[in-house]
Amino acid sequence: MSEKRDGLFARAEEVLSLFRRGAEFTQELLKENERLRGRLAELQTQQLAASDEHQWEKLRRELLGRIHDLERERESAVERLRMVEGENRQFAERYLEIEEENNNLASLYVASYQLHSTLDLAEVVKIVVEIVINLIGAEVFAIYILDERTQVLSPVASEGREISEFAPCELGYGMVGAAVASGETQCGDAAAAEDLARPIVCVPLRVQERPIGAIAIHKLLQQKDGFTPLDHELFTLLAGHAATAVFAARLHSQSERKLNTIQGFIDLLTK
Amino acid sequence: MARHRILIVEDSPTMRQLLVFALKRLKEVDIVEAQDGMDGLRKVSSDHFDLALIDINMPVMDGLKLISLIRGEDNLREMPIIVITTEGASEDRERAIALGANEYLTKPIQANKVLRVAQSLLKAE
Repeated sequence: MSEKRDGLFARAEEVLSLFRRGAEFTQELLKENERLRGRLAELQTQQLAASDEHQWEKLRRELLGRIHDLERERESAVERLRMVEGENRQFAERYLEIEEENNNLASLYVASYQLHSTLDLAEVVKIVVEIVINLIGAEVFAIYILDERTQVLSPVASEGREISEFAPCELGYGMVGAAVASGETQCGDAAAAEDLARPIVCVPLRVQERPIGAIAIHKLLQQKDGFTPLDHELFTLLAGHAATAVFAARLHSQSERKLNTIQGFIDLLTK
Repeated sequence: MARHRILIVEDSPTMRQLLVFALKRLKEVDIVEAQDGMDGLRKVSSDHFDLALIDINMPVMDGLKLISLIRGEDNLREMPIIVITTEGASEDRERAIALGANEYLTKPIQANKVLRVAQSLLKAE
């Protein structure tokens, strides 16, 4: 009896499930029907617009306007791209300029730092020689110091030629003497490089209006074509700073000598 | 990234300072200075370096002698060497390259060139 009832319930469940699926399918069909109706209405409107010349013209104008706008946008984008490329180029050039400036400043800093690193005259002269070789790139040159008593410029260091080959010169005479007297850097003829009285460039060393000496460059290193803007900066730096360093070293050595003499006297008197 | 160790063997303090200035722009570097060939040999024998910059004209021991001694050592054979010369096309430069130097720089030294050559040998940023 019980088995019969269970079988009945199972069949009833099956029938109910079949009805539920049927209801769901019907719902889906209704939705699809609704969608298709909407699409049909849309197509009918478009067909109407296409057949209507006014509507068609309006649509055409809209499309042409849109094409025109897009073309303008494209041109503006191309223009912007061109501008950005130009800016990039400018930045790259500026970067190189700044890098070169940075290198030049480093060279100038090193030169001035070294020049003021000692109060020993021989050391100062050695540093000037190093700067002229390593930073300017001169092969043949001489450094002259002025004797204030005799007003004669005597070579105290040279490179590329023996120091004895460079003749002393009087202040105001010859290319070196004239450069020191006037305080103006003198440029000579590169073709006359072999003539040690006519350097290719002569840099006067002066402390304010006081002449101290000169650097006479006769020949540049083989790989160096000519003077660069940095070389001119270095000439200016050497003209002032090397002169100050030489002057300070001389004063220091004089004061040391005087101090030793006075100390000698004091020792003599007190012993 | 490991730090690069660079040795500068140069008798001129001006040049040493300029080279230090240029090389300090490399990232992660330790720079050691030697004032002549002998000092350089002592330092290169007792420490590890990734690159050496050696001047040719130096007192006590010149750069060429130093390069030949460095290349004679098994553990230093691969160390990159840049020689610094005064002459543009000198025999010294060719001899240095023949002895085993990797690159050369001529005076007057340009900081950006030093940096470029050092970067390429160190493969650094």
